[in-house]
Amino acid sequence: MSRQSVAKAHQKIQELSWEPAYHEPVSQYGTDYTFRKAKKKDPLKQVLRSYFPMQEEKDHRVYGAEDGAIRGNMFRQVQERWLEWQKLFLSIIPLPEISAARAMPLLFRTVPNPELHNGQAIQMIDEVRHSTIQQNLKRLYMQNYIDPAGFNSSLRNFQNDYCGTIGRQFAEGFITGDAITAASIYLTIVAETAFTNTLFVAMPAEAAANGDYLLPTVFHSVQSDESRHISNGYATLLMALSDENNHQLLERDLRYAWWNNHAVVDAAIGTFIEYGTKDRRKDRESYAEMWRRWIYDDYYRSYLVPLEKYGLVIPHDLIEEAWNRIWNKGYVHEVAQFFATGWLANYWRIDPMTDEDFEWFESKYPGWYDKYGKWWENYNRLSVPNGHHPIVAEDVDYVYPHRCWTCMVPCLVREDMVTDKVEGQWRTYCSEPCRWTDVEAFRPTYQGRQTPNMGQLVGSREWETLYHGWNWADIVSDMGFVRDDGKTMVAQPHLDLDPKKMWTLDHLRRMPEVQSPNVVLNQMSDDERAAFQADYNRQGPAGRPAPAQT
Amino acid sequence: MTTTHERSVPKPVFTDAEAGAKVFPDSELRRFNYFTPQKRKQSHYEDVTVEVQPDPRHYLTQGWLYAFADGRGGYPLEWTVLKAWGSDRPIPERSPGSGGKGYDWPALGWHEFRDPNEEWELTLYRYNANVVRQLNQNVDAARQAKAFDQWNRNWRNFVAQHVGAWMHVDHGLGLYLFANANRRAPTNMHNNAISVNSMHRIRAAQDLALYNLTLSEEMEDFDGAAHLTTWNEDPAWQGVREVTEQLTAIDDWCEAIFAANVVFEPLVGELFRSNLVQQAAPANGDFVTPTLIGAEEFDYSERDLRYTRVMFDLLVNDREFADHNRGLLQQWLTRWVPRCLSAARTMQPLWSQPDAKPPRFEDGLDRAKSRFSGILSDLGLQAPKELGQ
Ligand SMILES: [Fe+2]
Ligand SMILES: [Fe+2]
Ligand SMILES: [Zn+2]
Repeated sequence: MSRQSVAKAHQKIQELSWEPAYHEPVSQYGTDYTFRKAKKKDPLKQVLRSYFPMQEEKDHRVYGAEDGAIRGNMFRQVQERWLEWQKLFLSIIPLPEISAARAMPLLFRTVPNPELHNGQAIQMIDEVRHSTIQQNLKRLYMQNYIDPAGFNSSLRNFQNDYCGTIGRQFAEGFITGDAITAASIYLTIVAETAFTNTLFVAMPAEAAANGDYLLPTVFHSVQSDESRHISNGYATLLMALSDENNHQLLERDLRYAWWNNHAVVDAAIGTFIEYGTKDRRKDRESYAEMWRRWIYDDYYRSYLVPLEKYGLVIPHDLIEEAWNRIWNKGYVHEVAQFFATGWLANYWRIDPMTDEDFEWFESKYPGWYDKYGKWWENYNRLSVPNGHHPIVAEDVDYVYPHRCWTCMVPCLVREDMVTDKVEGQWRTYCSEPCRWTDVEAFRPTYQGRQTPNMGQLVGSREWETLYHGWNWADIVSDMGFVRDDGKTMVAQPHLDLDPKKMWTLDHLRRMPEVQSPNVVLNQMSDDERAAFQADYNRQGPAGRPAPAQT
Repeated sequence: MTTTHERSVPKPVFTDAEAGAKVFPDSELRRFNYFTPQKRKQSHYEDVTVEVQPDPRHYLTQGWLYAFADGRGGYPLEWTVLKAWGSDRPIPERSPGSGGKGYDWPALGWHEFRDPNEEWELTLYRYNANVVRQLNQNVDAARQAKAFDQWNRNWRNFVAQHVGAWMHVDHGLGLYLFANANRRAPTNMHNNAISVNSMHRIRAAQDLALYNLTLSEEMEDFDGAAHLTTWNEDPAWQGVREVTEQLTAIDDWCEAIFAANVVFEPLVGELFRSNLVQQAAPANGDFVTPTLIGAEEFDYSERDLRYTRVMFDLLVNDREFADHNRGLLQQWLTRWVPRCLSAARTMQPLWSQPDAKPPRFEDGLDRAKSRFSGILSDLGLQAPKELGQ
């Protein structure tokens, strides 16, 4: 930047905003929060004159590294186990990024402080950067990695796959409903401030350990923009806190946003980091250890707790319960096992676990083998087609789970599953906070208070229901997860690319048809349903059937 | 003696996981296969843009998951009254056992739009970084050459007040019209193009503000706050201000883009920039201001107008809704042309302020009108009778 100091330049651009004298800008998004108009400071202090060249310089480094990786034959050292999970991750993440861009206008009229709008506009274009730079990384993987299947059909897959749907909450939650709930609390205060460290710092570290140094290059570059966004969120949060009337809504939204982010992000990133890696050094951090550091210590203890003195009601119980789910209830292991159970409904290959993996898990999560070891041995045994079905249709002591209506991850911690009848339909929830989100939080009244701007949970939220009564081969064709010979599946439960060892649609035809757990639940009588729930709550861990009652 | 601990680092492993190492189904399929490219070969821009924003009419099997309080989720087509083919077909109903399939891609005419500027992050940062670097150099060179000393008092005031006032137009439209509209359109191609347009305007606003700051530092009697008084009080600017505010009040995103880029910019923006500032500056000894104004002129005429034309061209030639769209665009013209012309005319006193006079206001306005008529005829639209006023 030239001789003008950044501070002076920044002060000068404050002269740009003006109060309308003739017509107010259109007001398109509602909120039940109230904000007082008060002079504020722009938290970003970013002037485009220095911003654009700075971003361009960051781009030079990213694209230089990408060229170097290709010239240096990086893909000769990349672990397929890792890159396969990128087919899921990189199909999801460009949408949350672009949704963050789209979310910024939700704040223009609802937070009436023009000083903040400059920062929101810069965040908007940062997020356009993130979305397209990540699409570009995926394109590079598709072009240079041994198996392009799943990358080449990425966005179609993402949009019709149930894992993609789970991930999509992490995007749609930013752009609809109450403007502050969505664009401020869910997006900036929780998703960006709490969870981007695991997404954009912890995950890239694991990528590097698996021979992929492009993911770290791209995501560290992305993360370097995030601190700006965190400042945007913090400024808005402090303003919201200054009005007592908002405290009840802040409490509601933090509970919802925290629990949903935990359910979704920990499911996905936890699986990538624990089950997508070949790095089994005992001194490398487990996901639980990373979570404890990045989320519990850095976010909860250092960021949230100090806000208590301003009247923020912090969901201590849900933060402890999220940790409890990860550490004691095996949340990540249960999710990874479920993904692997349903490998055939997805669009990437899942490598079986080996003795070396078992040993690492046992050392990081004592007791792991007793719970999950046998099942993974079965997974390995059933990975190459040999007259048997895919594991989901074989007897391996695993009860196919019901789905959580709210977070759409299945109800895997069996003892925590709850049900409720909503809008004439019986629904299952993975946990009480997810039931509360649907039944109490996302409603036009909350604890007796009118909340007319609160959003709704909509959509066909259970994937299995859409395919109730279908043959698996038809399902996989309908979703398009088939390779160019018209029959070999994109997904495989192993990494062997020998066509003779790969599963095809023909193998699926002989399987029993899919039954939607929710359709079946709604056909039950009250007594049957009560018995079903009692049994379900006694199942697990690792999806085991309930022990026989004596 | 030093003891060396073996450091714990992951060991590189030869995996041979590179393209071409094996042959198997899909091993050669190294392009995105979920959309039809506009040209024979799909472009890099398309690869990073198309289909990122989903649509329940084709692949989005489970539909939108979150909705506003009124039950509408995602990107409702009704956020504009314009329509692209397929808009009236219902979203496919998904129910128990329905399967997931929607209509074949693209399912809707909206998905046919491609930004002719092919903007994505790489291009937008490169372009804007070049602009700000060039402008910085120009201003620095002028400062070293003491170029500002040659300005007479009237021109100094003109730049302080009137060139300064324009920054508010850029800022207001950049944020509350363009950035706002990036939430509204049904495809990623539209919304990304709109967000890039927004950054052009916000950057131009800041370019002018920082230029104003430099001038206040360089010239003792340059009033760096004059632009505020002018914007707030000068009657010659109140027409522009009123129509700028009115533009930000538009609810329909297509109307907002159309009114701003097809009507306001030629009739008011280019009139002020090309037919006043650019014409008057050289004769008044100023060769620096035109480089800033010229950058904004280039943003508009070579980039923002370019995508706008393509966007509306598709709509007026739509295979199902061409007439419907043309009728609405004509209505919008009748609404916005008089407002913009009146704003233009209110600015007329500016033409007599510099010592060395620019060409007459009426001549400038005629030029602006004929440029505007040319844009309309390219789009197959009629110039409304109000243009004769
Ligand atoms: Fe981002
Ligand atoms: Fe962000
Ligand atoms: Zn849940």
